[in-house]
Amino acid sequence: MLDQGRSLNSDRRRYAVLSEAYVVPDAVRCVQCGICSYNCPIGIDVRAHAWRGLPIKDSHCLTCGECISRCPRSTLRFERTHLFSEW
Amino acid sequence: VAHRYVIVGSGIAGLSATETVRQRDPGAEITLITDEPHDFYSRPGLAYFLTGELPEKQLFARTQAEMRALRVKPVRARVTGLIPEAHQVILDKGQSLSYDRLLLATGSTAVPPDFPGGELAGVVKLDNLDDARRILKLAGRGRTAVVVGGGIAALELVEGLRARGVHTHYFLRGDRYWSNVLDETESRIVEDRLKNEGVTIHYCTQVKEALRTCKNIIPRFLPHFTPRNCGVISLQVLSQQGRLIGVETTAGEKLPCRMLAVAIGVRPRVELARQAGLKVDRGILVDEFLQTSAPDVYAAGDVAQVHDPRSRRSILDVLWSTALAQGQIAGANLAGANIPYIRQVAFNVTRLAGLTTTIIGAVGSGHDEDLVTIARGDSEAWRMLPDSWVISDRQDVNRVRLLVKERAIVGALIMGDQTLSRPLYRLIAAQADITPIQATLRAHGVPILDTILSFYQQWEPVSPSGRA
Repeated sequence: MLDQGRSLNSDRRRYAVLSEAYVVPDAVRCVQCGICSYNCPIGIDVRAHAWRGLPIKDSHCLTCGECISRCPRSTLRFERTHLFSEW
Repeated sequence: VAHRYVIVGSGIAGLSATETVRQRDPGAEITLITDEPHDFYSRPGLAYFLTGELPEKQLFARTQAEMRALRVKPVRARVTGLIPEAHQVILDKGQSLSYDRLLLATGSTAVPPDFPGGELAGVVKLDNLDDARRILKLAGRGRTAVVVGGGIAALELVEGLRARGVHTHYFLRGDRYWSNVLDETESRIVEDRLKNEGVTIHYCTQVKEALRTCKNIIPRFLPHFTPRNCGVISLQVLSQQGRLIGVETTAGEKLPCRMLAVAIGVRPRVELARQAGLKVDRGILVDEFLQTSAPDVYAAGDVAQVHDPRSRRSILDVLWSTALAQGQIAGANLAGANIPYIRQVAFNVTRLAGLTTTIIGAVGSGHDEDLVTIARGDSEAWRMLPDSWVISDRQDVNRVRLLVKERAIVGALIMGDQTLSRPLYRLIAAQADITPIQATLRAHGVPILDTILSFYQQWEPVSPSGRA
């Protein structure tokens, strides 16, 4: 049921950014429900990042996109980043 | 001498205020009074707990260690009195507490059912975690439930129950869902998806009465009464008499059900403030610094009714993002700052029948019969629709609707694909001048998505990287 409403581009985008992007939260959309942290396969506390509006810069992040697709409020997205830029 | 801060209410407004006070006044004495029996949890997350997407323990958004680091004195009690002149609050156990600065963040509570039988066991609401637990206890697969009400909370109940395999009947008093925020197309998209999921929608249907067991049971048991078993039987009757067995509609139809979930609106919990003589309208009236009419007493979150410079009215928001922002400002001002609360564009993201939906600014008008007051996840600002053009675009279930004035977009509703959601939030919040694309947008058959996206990329060429 969910899939119909999701961006058709999401899969393509996901592969394009696998190694050169972070998961970035939009703090204003987040209600701290914790679905993101619950579904992270390696246990990163994505919710805590979203609270502070910080990108997931954890080097263990697989950028698998699980948190992005599970979030019921489209809080998270991939964003291409430059490794040496300031956040 | 350390300042004494008392914060009443442990929802998101109370918590964000507490964290801000602690940051700004490390030596302060902070007391957090709440009648909520649980630690801080995500209230909006209850919707996903009901559907089974989240286990209960995941709702708790703060660890014990994080709470300890705040060095707050927690008090589980209800505040029954407030004496502003004496700077004192009185608790239900008779104890009194002095404060230098006080924050009222008491939130809102569901309006009780507006029909007889609302007190029966089996009639439920969704205000807090205990309510959600109660619902799940009753929500056995194959049972039947009726949901009445409107807005986001009613759908959370409908979808939660359906996800648990409950035969779910949704009663709408009018002819469509959430008529003062959604337009007809959007209502139908949501209703069609609910029906596809197996929800039975009853249009123009209203509950006359929630039916109880005892009316049928007493006559059934009467012939069996003897002096010897009288006590046993009357006990059986008593234990069952308060339980729901069905509903009767105003049209006279009866529908047996185990549960009746009611979401006809919420009311700010203003009793304490009113009784203390604070200025109260629908919520507690506060100035731009979120201070109430009493010195050193502030209010934030659902309970606060805040002046809106755009409409020059005092309005209510029952929104997480608003409560969070107000809690932070009130917390700072409690700790001695003088920061005005600048009302942001009313904004919420929700999931309606599985479709992520973002609502920004003014999108609707009028009155929704299904709600007797404001709903949870709702803003009065959404219904202050000025004269504007409506421009909409639909592809399957994905829909964008824009409300456009001469120079700016004043509201938007984005259902399904959320690509435009962030750009539109930015454009609306900044009241961006859209004159260059005005004519294109109004032309028939132009895709909104491409027009807005290319305009937005020029308007804000460098993405603010998650800081928006």
